[in-house]
Amino acid sequence: MNRELKRVSIVVMLMFVALLTSTTIIQVFQADSLTADARNTRTLYDGYSVERGAILVAGNPIAQSMPVADDYKFQRTYSNGPLYAPITGFMPINGSPTGLEHALNGELSGTSNAQFFDKINSLITGQNAKGASVEVTIDPALQQAAWDALGDLTGSVVVTEPKTGRILAMVSKPGYDPNLLTVHDNQKVTDSYESLVSDTSNPLIDRAINALNPPGSVFKLVVVTAALESGKFTPESTFPNPGTFQLPGSSSIVINSGGGTCGGGDTVTIATALRLSCNIPMAELGLQLGDKAIRDTAEKFGFNTDYSIPLNVSQSAYPLELDDAQLALSAFGQTSVRATPLQMAMVSATIANGGVEMAPNLIDQILAPNLSPLQSFEPRTLKRVMSAETAATITQMMVNGVQDGAASNARIDGVNVAGKTGTAENAADDPYTLWFTGFAPAEDPKYAISVLVEDGGGLGQTGYGNLLAAPIAKQVLEAVLNK
Amino acid sequence: MMPPSNSRGTATDAAQRPQGAKPVRVRRLHLPQKLRNLELFLLLIACGINAAAVVLVQLGALGHVDTTLVLLGAGLSVLVLCMHVVLRLVARDADPFILPIASLLNGIGIAMIYRIDIANGDAGWDSSAVRQTVWSALAIACAIAVLLIIRNHRVLFRYTYVAGFIAVVLLLLPLVPGLGREVSGARVWIGIGSFATFQPGEIAKIALAVFFAGYLVRNRDSLSMVGKRFLGMRFPRLRDLGPILVVWALSMSVIIFQRDLGTALLYFGLFLVMLYLATGRLSWVLLGMTLFLGGAVIASQTLEYVNGRFTNWLDALNPDVYGANGGSYQLVQGLFGLAKGGLIGTGLGQGRPDITPVPQSDYIIASLGEELGLAGLFAILALYLLFVARGFRIGFAGNDDFGKLLGVGLSFVVALQCFIVIGGVTRVIPLTGLTTPFLAAGGSSLVANWVIAALLLRLSDTLRNQPRLVI
Repeated sequence: MNRELKRVSIVVMLMFVALLTSTTIIQVFQADSLTADARNTRTLYDGYSVERGAILVAGNPIAQSMPVADDYKFQRTYSNGPLYAPITGFMPINGSPTGLEHALNGELSGTSNAQFFDKINSLITGQNAKGASVEVTIDPALQQAAWDALGDLTGSVVVTEPKTGRILAMVSKPGYDPNLLTVHDNQKVTDSYESLVSDTSNPLIDRAINALNPPGSVFKLVVVTAALESGKFTPESTFPNPGTFQLPGSSSIVINSGGGTCGGGDTVTIATALRLSCNIPMAELGLQLGDKAIRDTAEKFGFNTDYSIPLNVSQSAYPLELDDAQLALSAFGQTSVRATPLQMAMVSATIANGGVEMAPNLIDQILAPNLSPLQSFEPRTLKRVMSAETAATITQMMVNGVQDGAASNARIDGVNVAGKTGTAENAADDPYTLWFTGFAPAEDPKYAISVLVEDGGGLGQTGYGNLLAAPIAKQVLEAVLNK
Repeated sequence: MMPPSNSRGTATDAAQRPQGAKPVRVRRLHLPQKLRNLELFLLLIACGINAAAVVLVQLGALGHVDTTLVLLGAGLSVLVLCMHVVLRLVARDADPFILPIASLLNGIGIAMIYRIDIANGDAGWDSSAVRQTVWSALAIACAIAVLLIIRNHRVLFRYTYVAGFIAVVLLLLPLVPGLGREVSGARVWIGIGSFATFQPGEIAKIALAVFFAGYLVRNRDSLSMVGKRFLGMRFPRLRDLGPILVVWALSMSVIIFQRDLGTALLYFGLFLVMLYLATGRLSWVLLGMTLFLGGAVIASQTLEYVNGRFTNWLDALNPDVYGANGGSYQLVQGLFGLAKGGLIGTGLGQGRPDITPVPQSDYIIASLGEELGLAGLFAILALYLLFVARGFRIGFAGNDDFGKLLGVGLSFVVALQCFIVIGGVTRVIPLTGLTTPFLAAGGSSLVANWVIAALLLRLSDTLRNQPRLVI
């Protein structure tokens, strides 16, 4: 019988080896994919049951986890929710987090690699792990000023610091209250979410970084940069100054805004064209420059590139293929040129910073639960986009545009503001998109700003950048410069 | 500790005796006190681990140590120490590992059940952990009774056919109208009034093992010697096919009428292994496996619940299967729990095993895997393997065929049950509802497994008491 017994013993051994193997496969090799499964509520609860770190503005929490007596253990609450929603995003119990809650989930929930030793420590001491806090670069006074200045308009205001790339204000309207989406009740969350999604004004879109609109005349800054950097043009280069301009290979006609010639005379300089924001000279300049020169400069500024602040910023676009008619239109930011408000703020900031573009950044530092810094974010240079001379030249043209040109409504007493307005056409009968971008003070720029007003600011095709967008920029800059 | 009895001299006594003195008759090769002392030592470690587990559960899940459930740790310790004393009296030479292993598994099970109670907010008589402790007391009392009543396992040989009859009656009980209860689809329970439910099938497996051992020892010759050779194997005569067909029919009726795939597999596997051991004929095993697999395949095509089990097993993560009624939700939640545990687990009281349905019974192994990790599961599997190995030792070392067969049969049933239930949870085989021996919440299972432990202890004691020259 012992021979048979040996064989049965081997069978029993094999049975146990099968169990050891299967448990190893599940707990080691499949563990990551099982944890990442969307149906895994343990992962979801874990994201809540650690005391998630706060998101701080100037030391005050705009998002924090408050202890509550339910399965999730903590309730995520947002103070001043709508004001900061584009920055914080929200963390629902039945979906994916958005905004910084998503982008810095690892740090906030304490699972990033930088917090590895904290995790080990809490494992040994038995204390509950806490997530790290995130201090953002937002200036609360500017954020509030931008929020107030935008009023009830649909659009966005972005303010950055030209020398560092720090984002000081980032407002998107209409806003929403993230607190509605973090209640611990699946049905309520779903209802709130559905009503926000079905809202035609798209409140969930962060317009500062994810709304793509034709930039219109603010794109002329890019075209003029390309012209001056090419060495073939100076601000005094002249172009024919007709009242209408027929697009090459097309029956369409381009006119200057307001009609007529650009400031009178047979010819017009680039400086005048930019100051008065004329379309025809720009179309002529664009045709002479060629799409490659414009595209190269646009891409130096950051068009056609992804970047993360660490929120993901939509790619602003300068088209890869253009015929001559489209090339002429693209020279004043029409056809399929698209830009986010942040991208336009970066254009202004680069000019303000002597031609050097800094990486835009929303995060100041990451703080461990004991408030010791885990990670600091130093200003990072992206690249030199243009020479200092070109930057100075364009700055002067932009200052003239505010003092005595198309951007006059951004004028602030006692401060030199450099600026450029834009009024972009959408589809034939759709309202215009209105823009302003600029910086101040011109001689020592502290703030670069871009203002986007969508949906014509409620005025359909009668509103224009200087009427609606420039005063918003003025109001925001005044709030911080006249202190 | 018991003083050494006068009738049993020890080697120490002999060694310390001055030279030239008249040597004491050394009757025994093995030293009973040493075995029992080793058992006591291991038992104290097991009790220590059990107490630590309850404390860790409290610290992890409640955040403080609470005296109300000290009873859980202490109660079980007192019980197993009682059993240890009984062993010192009536089975001095019994295997020293079986009792500590059973105690440790039982204790860890109670700690985990208690942990689930905390998550569910159950206390008092609602608490499964309290009931499990009471059941443990009853089970260990039964085990002690078995040790006291059955002083020699050969007594059981006399009751071969009685055991067979009891097994069939126990199996049929749940089908009796008014007595049977259906729990999550399987009709394997009996109940009196609204409480005191019991799974007679658990006890039936012991009676079956006794019956198979007795029957096979009586009839092995006719089963193994006679038959026609075919394809290099000797196949049995048609008239000798009787027993295997009866057991097969029994298993199939369990599948069909009681809707319990796991139990059927357990009984049939037990029978096949014992048949193989007794006859040494691989042909029997092939025949039996063909019969069972054939039956199972037909069942999976015709019986919806069997078919569902197979789909859940093969395609667990498919959203349709996951969301279906009776789908793989439980299986996948168990996998999520195991994944959460990873290598070292979340720590007792710190995971979320309560998300998985029935985390304290069918899925206790997933709960333990979540909180103790792969390391903990390996330790638990090693304990089972050691338990089974001690049982197999009886088979290897024994010298009466009935004892050998019974010992191996009883330990194999524990091994097979582990494989069926843990393999089901970890997707080695389709999931079927069986309890994890000693760990899972459930009175009948505890009683049955403690009785198995007692029988193995009794068998190992007889084994060492038999005079022999060489071991």
